Amino acid sequence: MSTIEFSEEQAMLLDSAREFAKNESSIDLVRARLDDDRAIPASLWRSIAELGWTGIAIPEAHGGLGLGFSHLVPIVESLGRQLMASPLIWSSIAAHAITLSNNEVLQTQWLPPLANGAIGAVALMEHGGNWNLSAPACTATHDGNNLKLSGTKVFVEDASIADFLLVSVMLDGKPRLILVEASQIDPSQIKREVVIDETRRSFRVEIDGIQIPITNLLGEVDFEEIELAAMLLLSAEMAGGHASTLELVVEYLKTRKQFDKHIGSYQALKHPTVDILIGLEASRSHVYHAATSFDKDQGDSRRLAVRMAKAVSSEGMAFAGDRAIQFHGGFGFTYECDAQLYLRRALWSQQQFGDEVHQRTLLAPLILSKAS
Amino acid sequence: MSVSKQELDEFRQEASAWLEDNNPGNPGFLLPESFMEVGTDQQFEYLRDWQQKVYEAGYLGMAWPEAYGGGGKAQVFQDIVTQEMARQRVPFMTNTIGLNWAGPLILQRGSEAEKQKYIKGILSAEDIWAQGFSEPDHGSDLGSAQVRATRDGDDYVINGSKIWTSLGTYAKYMILLARTSSDGPNKYAGLSFFLAPMKIEGVTPQPIRKLTSEFGFCQTYFDNARIPADCLMGAEGEGWPVAMETLMFERGNVGGQAGGIAMMDVNVNDVLELARRSTRNGKPALDDPLIQDEMVQLLIEAKSNQLMVLRSKIPALAPDYQGAVAMSGKLRGTELKRRFCQFAIKLQGADGARFVSKEAIDGGKWQRLYFNSFSATIGGGTSQIQANIIGERVLGLPKS
Repeated sequence: MSTIEFSEEQAMLLDSAREFAKNESSIDLVRARLDDDRAIPASLWRSIAELGWTGIAIPEAHGGLGLGFSHLVPIVESLGRQLMASPLIWSSIAAHAITLSNNEVLQTQWLPPLANGAIGAVALMEHGGNWNLSAPACTATHDGNNLKLSGTKVFVEDASIADFLLVSVMLDGKPRLILVEASQIDPSQIKREVVIDETRRSFRVEIDGIQIPITNLLGEVDFEEIELAAMLLLSAEMAGGHASTLELVVEYLKTRKQFDKHIGSYQALKHPTVDILIGLEASRSHVYHAATSFDKDQGDSRRLAVRMAKAVSSEGMAFAGDRAIQFHGGFGFTYECDAQLYLRRALWSQQQFGDEVHQRTLLAPLILSKAS
Repeated sequence: MSVSKQELDEFRQEASAWLEDNNPGNPGFLLPESFMEVGTDQQFEYLRDWQQKVYEAGYLGMAWPEAYGGGGKAQVFQDIVTQEMARQRVPFMTNTIGLNWAGPLILQRGSEAEKQKYIKGILSAEDIWAQGFSEPDHGSDLGSAQVRATRDGDDYVINGSKIWTSLGTYAKYMILLARTSSDGPNKYAGLSFFLAPMKIEGVTPQPIRKLTSEFGFCQTYFDNARIPADCLMGAEGEGWPVAMETLMFERGNVGGQAGGIAMMDVNVNDVLELARRSTRNGKPALDDPLIQDEMVQLLIEAKSNQLMVLRSKIPALAPDYQGAVAMSGKLRGTELKRRFCQFAIKLQGADGARFVSKEAIDGGKWQRLYFNSFSATIGGGTSQIQANIIGERVLGLPKS
């Protein structure tokens, strides 16, 4: 039986994160940051760390709060509402991977700093756009006590400011994660990519020739676990963005006049806007259900909850963004109209880890084989 | 009235066993799925006998007052029986309007004499009730109802016609919304509410043939039909609030109904079950990736509806737009049902072209369900009207 649990603590986090994001990430600030090298200023990231959000899901034994991803979700949703692109998602995924990695040395070395705001990047994707994470073309080969890396990673967010990268490679026929410290990479190996969501900083990373001590190898990690954790947070971020997209549309429909009537009185615009609303209600419901399931359940029910959330939030926000452009008419066609910021955000997140069609393909055998 | 858990468990077992022993089973003809679909005398008699049997065994109206024929027990007993009925999929209680909206309305605001007169017959299915709200020219816009009720001595004289009168030919009484005046400050002010007899001169329920080719409801013509003035419920000209109160019962926004299931529950899991045993073009239907994807989409949407209800109960996660989940419930639920019935036909390959008959898959149940599903996307305010209401009341968009 599906449940949604939401504690007082989560409610407080939701409130304070909304307030914080409103103040620190107004749409003017979002636009002003588009041309910076960093997605958000270092000082703002420090504030986020000081609020304790970077340590929320990190175990208490390693300097975090040990509250789980279910408590990260309301924060990420709130930042998503304001289109903030912070390293919070990926640093949290990096911490999750290290926590599960069975490598106590790396845990001791990196989890406490991550809880305090160190930045971790995660390099999983490669050229070709394949969503299957467990068969990377990048490789590591043994070289004495070292591992020698080779290949190219793409879509690595925040690589230029990260304290370390977790890189997926094939080693001895198995996919593995290796921790590469910033000092072990030459800055020339990190190249900015042009991506659809301009609030993000995404990089191509050449790992050819990098030599890493074998002690930086994480224990065997289930790549689907990394994928689920990332999809949960991305879905939360999209549910937030979906809400603001709806707000933008409703505001315009209530103020813009054509033929002496507010355009929101036309059913051709009103009814699809109601579809955006219903999509939002569905998206948030799935996200908070997935958050509950992620921390509580195991196996297929967890998989189902998170993949459904990713499917529903992707489809929902992409639809909202698409209609937001159309309903703004000629203004919607301009860079100046904020609708494009939301559509770009939606498309980026939709493509990360698989869009709704991909999710449904993976869900089919899980759902159709047994009574739901 | 506090009841121990043990007592409830024992009661559940007892009720469950009774239903198992007394379930009237397959009658050898296709049964309706709800009171709106009762089309033949054979179907009606079968369902009326079943309701009567349930009532006589003490499993209906359990929480209604004993003085009027109810069971005088705690609501929880009735809820248990209703749950067991749904679980065992026994036929529904056919006097739906009486049990679920006229009955609770009479109990709430009726006189002692009205309670004595009407309640027991509602429960025993001896007195079938119909509803006279919609009119041929006023469907979604109920407030503009034009059927006239003119006071003449101790009577009101009724003229005009009502439509979508389910069980019209069987009904003894009707909850009737009629216009007693056209001079009020607004259209609602001249409306009055009656508990009107149907089996009198001047009232003619004319069965209407539905798109399924079956009969299931009527257009009811009033031609100088005289009803006693004391049929009026509430004051003359104050029928609109009574009608709204009735809708609150109809939509289940408030409790007080007699209980028992009101329709056969068909859900997306039944479609999944059909999909698993269907072949399309000679192969298992679920081997087709496009069919798979459509099935998964429907299941996700059903899940969305379920999760929305759960989330809207958590105040901190309540919607940004108040009422969004509650007010969109009818739109989401009825449209989803329509689409999964449509899909159920698609699963059947060429056999999808059959209709109610022995050769059809499941006797043609899905084809008939699909056609009947429009009664819910149209009745009670069309989906398009629902979208207007949500856009205007929830999102605050200007009126269309």
